[in-house]
Amino acid sequence: MLKAGIIGLGKMGLSHAAIVAPHRDVDLVAVCDTSSLILDGIKKFTGIKVYDDYRKMIDSETLDFVIVATPTKFHFPMVKFALEKGIHTFCEKPFSLSIKEGEEMVSLAERNNLVNQVGYHNHFIGTFRELRRLIKNGILGDLVHFTGEAYGPVVTKPKGGTWRSDPGEGGGCLFDYASHVINLIQEIIGRPVSAQGAQLKRIYSRDVEDAVYSLLKLESGLSGILSVNWSDETYRKMSTSITVIGKKGKIICDATELKIYLKEPDSTEKLDRGWTIKYITDLAIPVDFYLRGEEYSAQIDNFVHHVIERKPTEINTFRQALETDRVMEIIMTESKR
Amino acid sequence: MKMDKVLFGDNQFFAVNHLSDEKSRAQAIRFKDDSAIIRVLDQAIEEGISTFMCTTHDRIANICEYMRNNPDKYRGFKIYPGMPYAHKYANAVTELGIIGTIKQYVPGNIFSTFAKGGMAYLSKDFLKLMEILIDAEMKMFKGISTPVIFIQNVIVDMILGLKAYDAFKAFDEYIRKKYNAEPGYITMNMPALLDALNSIGINNPIICTSINKIGFRMSGGREIYEKYLREKEFRPIAMQVLAAGALKPREAIEYLGNFPKIESVVFGASSKGHIRETKELIEKYL
Repeated sequence: MLKAGIIGLGKMGLSHAAIVAPHRDVDLVAVCDTSSLILDGIKKFTGIKVYDDYRKMIDSETLDFVIVATPTKFHFPMVKFALEKGIHTFCEKPFSLSIKEGEEMVSLAERNNLVNQVGYHNHFIGTFRELRRLIKNGILGDLVHFTGEAYGPVVTKPKGGTWRSDPGEGGGCLFDYASHVINLIQEIIGRPVSAQGAQLKRIYSRDVEDAVYSLLKLESGLSGILSVNWSDETYRKMSTSITVIGKKGKIICDATELKIYLKEPDSTEKLDRGWTIKYITDLAIPVDFYLRGEEYSAQIDNFVHHVIERKPTEINTFRQALETDRVMEIIMTESKR
Repeated sequence: MKMDKVLFGDNQFFAVNHLSDEKSRAQAIRFKDDSAIIRVLDQAIEEGISTFMCTTHDRIANICEYMRNNPDKYRGFKIYPGMPYAHKYANAVTELGIIGTIKQYVPGNIFSTFAKGGMAYLSKDFLKLMEILIDAEMKMFKGISTPVIFIQNVIVDMILGLKAYDAFKAFDEYIRKKYNAEPGYITMNMPALLDALNSIGINNPIICTSINKIGFRMSGGREIYEKYLREKEFRPIAMQVLAAGALKPREAIEYLGNFPKIESVVFGASSKGHIRETKELIEKYL
């Protein structure tokens, strides 16, 4: 059994705790947060040990891995501390607010041969995984254009006041919502290297952007559109989609379905000419425990598996997440021009 | 208390479609007005359905108001509420954090609610907080028969994962005592939940869970679900029986017929034809 600790018990930290605690290969021995309300609750209702200082938790417990799920600005000191103690680390997204700190975390993890993973969970949704496979196999031929989108109802009224509304702490739609889409574009289609125009728009928030619009150019020369808005209440929850257009057809992919249009049939993929729809019911990754979506459990399964094997993961490494941070920096710089 | 075999669900009214975001939007447009929801509910009633299982979505309050104003039309009609409407809280937590969300949704002034010490006092009394939140969610059903009251899967499965089983116990006792109703649990992890409930002395619970022949959203796999459906003591309500539309109604419901323990099936539909077809299949095979 691996011994695990969790730092930060917000929405994601609690969700990770509820997934890690029943995991067949893991014993969740301790959690850490600064809110006495949350810690009292955990202490009262579960057998898990609580700490209000992550250093103390890491020093007092013998942990195989930690999950860092605090506001982004705290990732660096916490991840660094864990890595220096030789502990495998799963870190929430976005990875880092500073490229320099991000680079330090990447090299520390790689140098010490520690398993490192970031919570870009969309890669564990069957539809996006299938999209990646199809694109890598070149089913669409030469690519012509892409669109990466995410919309949802997070800030739908004027107000502010938490770290989510503080640009210095990693709040805002770019870090929170757009990072997911950028990471999908980067891992499925190709690495963005420049932004040809970028708009960070405030709609209801006072201090951070509520929408991100940009034209991104990839390493391959391909360009496409990023369109993200967390102030769109026509969506019930966050809805992410990727559209890819190639000379041989087009694919529209979201968390529920994959719509494939081909100009000619593809015999290796057994796909007809015209539209084919693939559904998540056929593509979902099986999990032992479900909370809010298979992807949250599947990403932990992947991380735990690699910790047991002491092998680096290929999905959602620190290095990949740092690339996403770089793209966000490019977008921020471009938006100020 | 006997449950109806056929329970009418509400996903279609609130743009919940697990197979297609596009269909979700079409539903949101179709059910923009409460009258459109009421029309479909009335069709379900005409087809002989008398239980509506729904989340505590804001718009359900309007439907309840309409029912209270038309008591003759809805005599004998029951609602099984499922709380909370999770996305309301999830979106709030993303923006406001956990404490901020509690402040927003605990009715009245949190400091007066918890007299001395406010939030600090609150930390000593989670169960009181849970009771206040339950009462807040139940307010909209005043005067309407709610013989079974559910907690939604996100909360159930969070409590289950954290092994905070005392919270189940408190929910169970409070629902029985305050609402004279049967507590129910919606879950994506049926076998684990049943074991957990049994371990704290909650026996033969009402559990609403995905049951379909392709194993969709049946955590741990279809085999263990089937084993529990055959061997364990509980009162299953089958949901997601069509696996979000991947299965045809006949084969889907025929499969449920393998498990005589299943007491009810909850399904949503937007047309009279679909309501009738599904209801007839349930009555035939269950």
